[in-house]
Amino acid sequence: MKSFLSRITFWKATAAVFLLGGLATTIVRFGWGLGASTNLSDMTPWGLWIGFDVVTGVGLAAGGFTLAGIVHIFHIKRFHPIVRPAILTAFLGYCLVIVGLMFDLGRPWAIWHALIYQNPHSVLFEVAMCVMTYTAVLALEFSPVVLERFHLHKLLKFVKAITVPLIILGILLSMLHQSSLGSLYLIVPQKMHPYWYSPMLPVLFFVSAVAVGLGMTIVESYLSARAFQKTLETPLLRDLTRIMIGVLLVYFTMRAIDLFHRNAFGFLLDGSFETMMLYLEVAFMLIIPLLLFNLREWGRSRQGLFFTAFSVVLGFITNRLNVTMTSLEGYYKTNFGVSYFPGIGELAVTISIVTVGFVIFALAVKYLPIFPHHEEETVLRFDGAPARTNESASMHATPAAELRRH
Amino acid sequence: MPHAILVDLTECVGCGACRDACQQVHHFPQEECTSLDAHNFTTLRKIETADGQEVFARQMCQHCQDPACASACLVGALEKTRDGAVTWDTDKCIGCRYCMVACPFDIPKYEWDTNNPKVRKCTMCYTERHLDADSKTDKEGYVLDRSGKRVSIDGRLVTAEDRDMIVEMTTNSDGKRATACSVACPIGATLYGERSELLAEAHRRIRSNPDSYVQKVYGQTEVGGTSVFYLSSMPFEQLGFSTKLDTEALPLRTWRVLEKLPDVILTAGVALGAVYWITNRREDVRKFEEEVKNQRSQKKS
Ligand code: SF4
Ligand code: SF4
Repeated sequence: MKSFLSRITFWKATAAVFLLGGLATTIVRFGWGLGASTNLSDMTPWGLWIGFDVVTGVGLAAGGFTLAGIVHIFHIKRFHPIVRPAILTAFLGYCLVIVGLMFDLGRPWAIWHALIYQNPHSVLFEVAMCVMTYTAVLALEFSPVVLERFHLHKLLKFVKAITVPLIILGILLSMLHQSSLGSLYLIVPQKMHPYWYSPMLPVLFFVSAVAVGLGMTIVESYLSARAFQKTLETPLLRDLTRIMIGVLLVYFTMRAIDLFHRNAFGFLLDGSFETMMLYLEVAFMLIIPLLLFNLREWGRSRQGLFFTAFSVVLGFITNRLNVTMTSLEGYYKTNFGVSYFPGIGELAVTISIVTVGFVIFALAVKYLPIFPHHEEETVLRFDGAPARTNESASMHATPAAELRRH
Repeated sequence: MPHAILVDLTECVGCGACRDACQQVHHFPQEECTSLDAHNFTTLRKIETADGQEVFARQMCQHCQDPACASACLVGALEKTRDGAVTWDTDKCIGCRYCMVACPFDIPKYEWDTNNPKVRKCTMCYTERHLDADSKTDKEGYVLDRSGKRVSIDGRLVTAEDRDMIVEMTTNSDGKRATACSVACPIGATLYGERSELLAEAHRRIRSNPDSYVQKVYGQTEVGGTSVFYLSSMPFEQLGFSTKLDTEALPLRTWRVLEKLPDVILTAGVALGAVYWITNRREDVRKFEEEVKNQRSQKKS
């Protein structure tokens, strides 16, 4: 009990430090501008806030459309208990991406201009439109949880009625902008390292987002299990991990073919910084997950699956940061003799945003019916499917009971 | 008629008149500068060759024919005008800086130290060249355009005094309007004129004087062609010009993907609907069969 308490305070203290740093940077950012608060410059106009908060963040939130698709479109109902946590992560993720964008935009108050001055030739315009619409779709997809909690049955019925078209719309929008985040970089062929510049970028971005969406879902269900004793059955998680690894195998096959056709294999032994970063990406995203999953004990334990998925998440983050930052380093060096590394303030803001995400997720799991439970939910399930499947029967307390306990 | 600028680096003596005129006409601080920034739209870099010669490499926005910056900008703040100039609209910009990332020549610069930052780059004196000498002013003394709206350059209103200076600085000796840099150049190393004519002139110079030029008009084919041409006696890569650029316009690379999206979405949408329909039907059938089975077993018992 004691060690549990000290762990809690340790994490709280760490979070507090990050949040204070983030707050300080926020004041500098909105008081004195981007120059004072970041390491960005005329030579390196995009940095961590675009690379992580936006490009990586949107990818990490891909679990929402992936699971909604698996369960509601492909009708693989076994995974039903995971849909809600996945949609919650996605919704939270997109909200935080928009927060991150507010920090990075030079004139954030003008963001609505994207609605009226449309440039259909701009990839960024398409991303902006999709992210905006999809966030609204996610809010609707998530709304049953809240409606259920507050017993607003009429509204719930309405949302239930439009569920399927909503989910299809969500998947289409996700396909569009997950891939377009890759397309953003198609316009700078001469600036990027050949490892990461590819005409295939949009496809690669989409496929890796599907994989990491599943990965994030596995990670968070494990963490929720530890924190709140709310969890999913191990075989279910194992199946999810298997799908993730399948997608990753497809992804890396495409990557390899792509590198081969563009003659980028030649660099693999040059020992450069870029090559090391590529190896890191492949190790985290492919090698370690494959090993862990196939180890007898690890691949069957909850913890083993968590580490498998966590490694994929790390690998994915490495990949997005490589595309957005590492791949441009060489260009910065040879052309301007500079290199970009995020400043303390940029890091503090990014970490703060992630911390806020964790906190809100934890609160939501605590007070809303996110993970399955025994409530009289028979008629109120998101899709109207029979509620008491085997998975949900194994679940724990109702939110009401939860509240009473605390 | 699309216009362009021709810079003959073999003639340039590095006096800096173009740079000074640019700073003056745009109300920028007058200063020496070696690299572009938010208040320097053009620079001169001195390059010493192996045999002790000095060459001055001028740098400015290339005013691409199909500009990457304009295609990148989500709000269309950057625009290729019919006149040839690529202009930028303060009021539209949201400050995403994608234009800076996209530009193959790294031209657009940013005001990093303010809370209402602007993207800045050479506009080929677009508004300046279109300012009439006899334009009217309103009661407060600000110049109006033909439709009676106040003229603003980069968010700055123009006074009558200002206008007279601008008109003078952007009018050639033959009375034609031109960019301030080309008017200021004392030896005609920077010329402003119709694009096709300047291009022909550039080739004429190379042909009639093959020994003093490298056989290339920089800007003719780079990224699909630009509206600023350079002639040089030294290979361009030695002057720090990017020489590895494709001859294809960069926006085509993103457009090739974007133009396919409607088809992809339509197909994927129908496919998803079909999958839903099939799996849903299967689910219904399964449920129905179960029910029938249940009923039968009930009847039996
Ligand atoms: S040089 Fe750069 S800023 Fe100028 S028009 Fe071309 S892409 Fe735009
Ligand atoms: S920074 Fe401004 S001008 Fe540049 S792409 Fe973004 S909105 Fe357009």
